[in-house]
Amino acid sequence: MKTKGVAFVLGVMSLGVAGLAQAETISAAGGTAIYPVLSKWAETYQQKTGTMVNYQAIGSGGGIAQIKAKTVDFANSDMPLKPEYLNKDQLVQFPAVIIGITPVVNVPGIKPGELTFNGTILTGIYLGKIKKWNDAAIADLNKGVKLPDMNITVVHRSDGSGTTFNFTNYLAKVSPEWRQRVGDNTAVSWPVGVGGKGNAGVAAYVQRIPGAIGYVEYAYAKENHMAYGKMINAAGKVVAPDLATFQAAAANADFTKVEDFYMILTNQPGAQSWPISAATYILMRQDGDKTVNAGVLKFARWFLTAPQAQAEARSLDYVPLPKTTVTQIEAYWKRNLGQ
Amino acid sequence: MDDTRDAELEMRMVAVPSPAVPSRISPARSRRLHAMDRRFRWLTGGLAFLVLLLLVGVALSLFLRGWEAFHHFGFAFFWSDAWDPVTENFGALVPIYGTLVSSLIALLIAVPISFGIALFISELAPEWLRQPIGSAIELLAGIPSIIFGMWGLFVFAPVLGSAEPWLNDHLGALPGIGALFRGPPMGIGMLTAGIILAIMVIPFISAIMRDVFLVVPAMLKESAYGLGATTWEVARHVVLPYTRTAVVGGVFLGLGRALGETMAVTFVIGNAHDLHISLLDAGNSIAAALANEFAEAFSPMYKSALMALGFILFIITFVVLVLAKLMLWRLGQGQGKVGL
Amino acid sequence: MNTAKNARYLRRRFWNVFNLGMAMATTLFGLFWLVWILWTTLSYGATALNMELFTGDTPAPGSIGGLRNAFVGSLLMIGVAVMIGTPVGILAGTYLAEFAQGSRLAAVIRFFNDILLSAPSIVIGLFIYAVVVVPMGSFSGLAGALSLAILLLPVVLRTTDEMLGMVPGTMREAALALGAPHWKMIVQVSYRAARSGILTGVLLAVARISGETAPLLFTALSNQFFSTNLDKPIANVPVVIFQFAMSPYPEWQHLAWAGALIAAMAVLVLSLVSRFLIKDRSPR
Repeated sequence: MKTKGVAFVLGVMSLGVAGLAQAETISAAGGTAIYPVLSKWAETYQQKTGTMVNYQAIGSGGGIAQIKAKTVDFANSDMPLKPEYLNKDQLVQFPAVIIGITPVVNVPGIKPGELTFNGTILTGIYLGKIKKWNDAAIADLNKGVKLPDMNITVVHRSDGSGTTFNFTNYLAKVSPEWRQRVGDNTAVSWPVGVGGKGNAGVAAYVQRIPGAIGYVEYAYAKENHMAYGKMINAAGKVVAPDLATFQAAAANADFTKVEDFYMILTNQPGAQSWPISAATYILMRQDGDKTVNAGVLKFARWFLTAPQAQAEARSLDYVPLPKTTVTQIEAYWKRNLGQ
Repeated sequence: MDDTRDAELEMRMVAVPSPAVPSRISPARSRRLHAMDRRFRWLTGGLAFLVLLLLVGVALSLFLRGWEAFHHFGFAFFWSDAWDPVTENFGALVPIYGTLVSSLIALLIAVPISFGIALFISELAPEWLRQPIGSAIELLAGIPSIIFGMWGLFVFAPVLGSAEPWLNDHLGALPGIGALFRGPPMGIGMLTAGIILAIMVIPFISAIMRDVFLVVPAMLKESAYGLGATTWEVARHVVLPYTRTAVVGGVFLGLGRALGETMAVTFVIGNAHDLHISLLDAGNSIAAALANEFAEAFSPMYKSALMALGFILFIITFVVLVLAKLMLWRLGQGQGKVGL
Repeated sequence: MNTAKNARYLRRRFWNVFNLGMAMATTLFGLFWLVWILWTTLSYGATALNMELFTGDTPAPGSIGGLRNAFVGSLLMIGVAVMIGTPVGILAGTYLAEFAQGSRLAAVIRFFNDILLSAPSIVIGLFIYAVVVVPMGSFSGLAGALSLAILLLPVVLRTTDEMLGMVPGTMREAALALGAPHWKMIVQVSYRAARSGILTGVLLAVARISGETAPLLFTALSNQFFSTNLDKPIANVPVVIFQFAMSPYPEWQHLAWAGALIAAMAVLVLSLVSRFLIKDRSPR
């Protein structure tokens, strides 16, 4: 046991020294929606190259603030910034991967995929108008499902979140009342509900509170075996959240038509499209240190093209970007960052 | 304490002339050594003054960074219940309300319990039991607050969640205060936060109460016993009046602790920027809002509003702690003898 | 008449027994929470205690790992905090006990030191954010260490002040009578005499800061990887516990409980050691 202890201490020290000696660190911050796949990529990338990508998931709002303040090397946001804002702060943005946001519930007896929602019901719940699970509106859409007479506890985000942006954007698209009363942004004035910190916080609260409903990036629902809901999309069809439906929504994304890849993918047409999809973006500084930016781009090039990275993304139900988009992105880098 | 003796010493040091015995140290060396004295004195004095500087520095930096928000919203900041980071409309009412209400609930529960514990330890428990129980209660004070938060979320909230329907049905039906108990049985919320704060604050208040109960002059108590008073009567009519000021001081110290508690509250208060009457509903406290939102505040006004909240919290706790210390000093306990 | 006296006496006896019973009940009540919380921490945390905890770093969700980087980061920050805060606290306490006893200035400083001691730690975090993180341009372990130092300082100051105050005047006078300069007397007599008490104060202060989370939330942040670099974000036990506990991943939650158990045990050990050190001091 003693020799083990000495070996352990020596091991730690040598690792520390080794770490100090050669490892490059890239610091980053941003949303929690991309966190499951980004942290997996960071782990693999460190094993392959030794570079440590230290990503702090503090919410898209936080990521944007940090990159504006130059306290991180790159940021992530599920809410794209408009080109005029990017220019004002000398930022560039490009998409990394496609995500899907799904409602999750904790209702006794309800299994994953059993409940179906539409925009009107979600709006009603989040406005506080639909208060019980056995409300007529929900029952109508879910004939044959046993809904208990239970209060609905709404869970939303307490931090500045791109997931919130996409969710509220969808609600605003389907409900003029929501658009007028609440609007869409990374943080809004929620009419009702409890706030969880990060996608993880929302998932955790929904897991703990019977009768709760929340919205999370699909990877969180899948990894934790939560009861996600199906949705009725713009084409009127019932779709379940998975790689295929997210990809269908993203198929509509023609980035050549927009500047700085600014595109919102909620409520897309198409029989198979998942209504609350989004691209999640990497933000970098145009005036950032050249070597630092080069390091970030190396990492980005790896996760956009390496088969292993793409496989890891797919295993968590994130949709990797198609080759055509990746080529566009690389051209964008050349134009804006000179690399 | 050794105060008077040391004061004498100080005087004597000044008064004693140089010794008649010839010094074996050269005058230069002696001068150097005594110059060191002055330098040492300045060094230590300066560092002691640092404490004051730190406090002033904290208050000042918070105020200056919160000024943007104070200036922009004016006094309306204090009673606005808005919290919209997008339109940059912030109000401090909800966090202040949550801080005060959760602390109040904590005190309502903790004070009687602490009194009971202090009474037990000082009057009832046999000599050999005093130290272990006192230590056990102090152990509660040492547990890191994040553990309270985790325990609260993982273990206590579900238990309370299953008890809350009962509260809803039985207490919620009462007129008037019933509104306090009619709410969603989530398990988390203002009531949960208040209860956990109470548990955290009990060791502080009971430690102070126990200390002051023990210094009540034996003669006072013995005279009462001599007249045939029961233990309880001695406690209520002799000990408590004698220690009244210090007891209140201890309560205020506990209040100061509860007001500033962050982690335990963040886990269970629900982080909702809404004002609810029901204790079963979620709310927010200043410390929880700061913990959740500060690292991600994405605009200068947002940060300034949070700093302003921090300043408000600092002032509230400062006032409470000053009052506490003044009251504890009344009984000669203010010299720092009373528990952390 | 007899019955009247009896009735009142019985009533008084009843209240006596009742209230003393309540006193015992409240004590049991207090102990009950302690036991419940400790038992929870122990049972949840023990399941995740293994060698991996100390050899692996914080894992991505779904991977296995440990808390090594968090332990190392915390130890580093606490170490730096102790190196900064202890000398300041001891010297400042020395001033109060040796140079300024009885003076009004000392009373004022003691008063405000106690205020600083009980100030909300999150406010201290905000202060360090404003004066260290912003000018530095990034979160850092150093900022975290500084906020911990500010939390450590008042505890060390107060204990030093008290312990030095307990050094018997005769010892001091003897040294001075022999012609020792004041500072030498303090260093070689007072410090030596109060040595174990001052050490106790440091240990108690360390116990206190080892559990502090709030100030680190916006000074040191955290780091997924192992790092010993103090001018960048660094992993630390409290923030990692916070992140992991609030997450929905079971493996992360287990790690959080294990970390909580280690932290609680560290505090317990420090408290016991300091209690043991102070055992043969004169009764307070």
